Amino acid sequence: MTQNGILQIAVYFLIILAIAKPMGVFMANLFEGRKTLLHPALRPLEKFIYRLIGIDETTEQRWTQYTAALLAFSIFSFLFVYLLQRLQGILPLNPQGFGAGQVTPDLAFNTAVSFVTNTNWQSYSGESTLSYLVQMAALTVQNFASAAAGIAVAIALTRGFARQQVNSLGNFWVDLTRGIVYILLPISLVAALILCSQGVIQNFHAYTVAKTVEGAKQVIAQGPVASQEAIKMLGTNGGGFFGANSAHPFENPTPLINLFQMFLIFVIPAGLTYTFGVMVGDRRQGWTLFSACAAMFLIGAFACYWAEQKGNPTLAKLGVETNATSTQMGGNMEGKETRFGIAASALFATVTTDASCGAVNGMHDSYTPLGGLVPLFNIQTGEVIFGGVGAGLYGILLYAIVAVFIAGLMVGRTPEYVGKKIEQKEVKMAMIALVATAFSILVFAAISSIIPFASPTKDAKGQPVAHSYWNPPGPATANLNNSGAHGFSELLYAYTSGTGNNGSAFQGINTNTPWYNLTMGLAMLIGRFLFLIPLLAAAGALANKRKVAETLGTLPTHGPLFVSLLVGTVILVGALTFFPALALGPIVEHYLMQDGKLFSLLLFPIWS
Amino acid sequence: MLKQLVPAVRMTVLLTVLTGLVYPSVVTGLCQLFFRTQANGSLIMKDGQVIGSSLLGQNFTKPEYFHPRPSAAGNDGYDPTASQGSNLGPTSQKLYDRVKAAAAQFRKENPDYTGPIPADALTASGSGLDPEITVANAEIQATRVAKARGLSTSHVEHLIASLTQDRDLGFLGEPRVNVLKLNLELDNQFTKR
Repeated sequence: MTQNGILQIAVYFLIILAIAKPMGVFMANLFEGRKTLLHPALRPLEKFIYRLIGIDETTEQRWTQYTAALLAFSIFSFLFVYLLQRLQGILPLNPQGFGAGQVTPDLAFNTAVSFVTNTNWQSYSGESTLSYLVQMAALTVQNFASAAAGIAVAIALTRGFARQQVNSLGNFWVDLTRGIVYILLPISLVAALILCSQGVIQNFHAYTVAKTVEGAKQVIAQGPVASQEAIKMLGTNGGGFFGANSAHPFENPTPLINLFQMFLIFVIPAGLTYTFGVMVGDRRQGWTLFSACAAMFLIGAFACYWAEQKGNPTLAKLGVETNATSTQMGGNMEGKETRFGIAASALFATVTTDASCGAVNGMHDSYTPLGGLVPLFNIQTGEVIFGGVGAGLYGILLYAIVAVFIAGLMVGRTPEYVGKKIEQKEVKMAMIALVATAFSILVFAAISSIIPFASPTKDAKGQPVAHSYWNPPGPATANLNNSGAHGFSELLYAYTSGTGNNGSAFQGINTNTPWYNLTMGLAMLIGRFLFLIPLLAAAGALANKRKVAETLGTLPTHGPLFVSLLVGTVILVGALTFFPALALGPIVEHYLMQDGKLFSLLLFPIWS
Repeated sequence: MLKQLVPAVRMTVLLTVLTGLVYPSVVTGLCQLFFRTQANGSLIMKDGQVIGSSLLGQNFTKPEYFHPRPSAAGNDGYDPTASQGSNLGPTSQKLYDRVKAAAAQFRKENPDYTGPIPADALTASGSGLDPEITVANAEIQATRVAKARGLSTSHVEHLIASLTQDRDLGFLGEPRVNVLKLNLELDNQFTKR
């Protein structure tokens, strides 16, 4: 690791530390109905929206209504995104003439689920699949909507802790609207202009045909990128306009913009930890959550950076320089961009998976085994290290519930968190969320590891016919780009990313087949809704309770002791659940790499 | 649930208009107004013809030009309609073979250099469109380029130094040289032999 690399990570962290409080206060004011400095400009738009959709902003909802509103909204969003994709061929803003042929029903299903659940897993490559209209009116819209929905749920859960003896958690439509009008839209607008000023493109032109210096033809993809890029990072969505995502120079042209993109990922999640403190009336609680996240973030960032800078010993033997010098960065540069080098790439990989963003500025598939383990484990623990917008806060609160429950068992007292007794219902709901996501990751990865698809049969003339709609004939693992332990990591990462609503990938795997599109889609639905509905149920129960007074026997849920307990819980639960799977993937691959072992792609037997 | 259906439909339509059409159109308008060059892809023109973008790499194979990094975008590399990395893992035989071949090629093209080869010269970038190489990589290639053009190496090295972009704000990212700009400047200043 170089001094300069360490400095980049440190400076980034200090920026996040500095923004957490102002952002947190702003959001607390907004969601508690106080005036903010944006109100004079944006309040008319907010009121106009309520009038148009026909809701009364003073009505509050019980947790069941709140959840129903969220589900209804998600279902319509899904249908809308699905239809727009299938109909792109007859709709405008489509200079490249993409049609339904590029977007099969299973792909359209996967993409619609993916963007509605804030996952933004992409089985397709944007520049060769989707029209500008779909990118904007379907995908960009969901970048806003799914992010705002996540914030709404986090705020509702926070209200569960903050309020007492009431039935209501707020109004979903109001929370959704405020998130979009006051937070996501204004910041995105400014961010998009900053991005464009540094080279991110923003136009509706057809692709440009260039004649290169050596006389070859180069077709340069175009599109309204900056507007999507801004909300893609801010809403921790992560779905790139182009296949290469934030590694593409048109999405992320300079190291400065790279830093800015990482800032956009964490700005809302870091702020929300503080918002939580303000809303429950004890700011130390917010800082405690922030500190736990910060500790885990720094461990991950440095671990990933260390592993990547050490590089690949097998390639070093071929004469590749893996040590950093003043004129080149060394390390593992496969899949990384020159302008970012090792440190800014490893940091980005850590940040994007701490949060449920999933944008990548380098290809995680080509990371060293331990460097790739960091993002994988980050997602598996539920992306609670600041986490996705909203999703991070409700995720870490889930762990806080589990942590006080474990502590309560140790001392034999009813656990309490921020003045609320944590009882059977809350713990049950937290466990449902944890088990559902673990189940989705492990079971889907296990099935895809072993499932074979139908062998070709012969038609009347005795000619073989490939007969598998779901996947090409043969094992599902034939879709991988790597074999051996790394191939398994590719598969595990895919379902981890889907379930965790992250969207980053070990991109070598081809998931654009009905089998993968469908199972990945299910994983995303489980990861989003079986995580968020139990927590809303818990929030409903919590809001009903009275706050209990703090006594000498109360376990303080602020300070270093609780930070350690919380971090310990996150890491322990993650390790206990996923260690066997990780051992088969990145961990064993690490030792194989040290040994210089290489794997060729297995050629699977072709049935005749 | 039924009561929420009407607002759900209306909200979906409204957001589509607001964030799907108005927002990107406003951004497009402002970007085209204030940052026209950047918004349109930082294109480089020569004799009325687009010859590339300063942000995107393109293939160079002739000895008198600096060569970019290996690329996995499209069949021939540097295809902006198929941006991607190789996605080969560290224990991949295919990666090993590719790097080995690239190392042999690099040594053949730059016979005067015998030290360890900078990592960027042998590895494919994440986008497959990386426009830049490291300073070390450029300096090694300088000898070859100078010879092919009949120039002194110091001339070419001087040019590299003048086009080297330092870390952003002095500490972000890595120092780097834009291959297309460097090659255009070469053609500009020194005629090909």
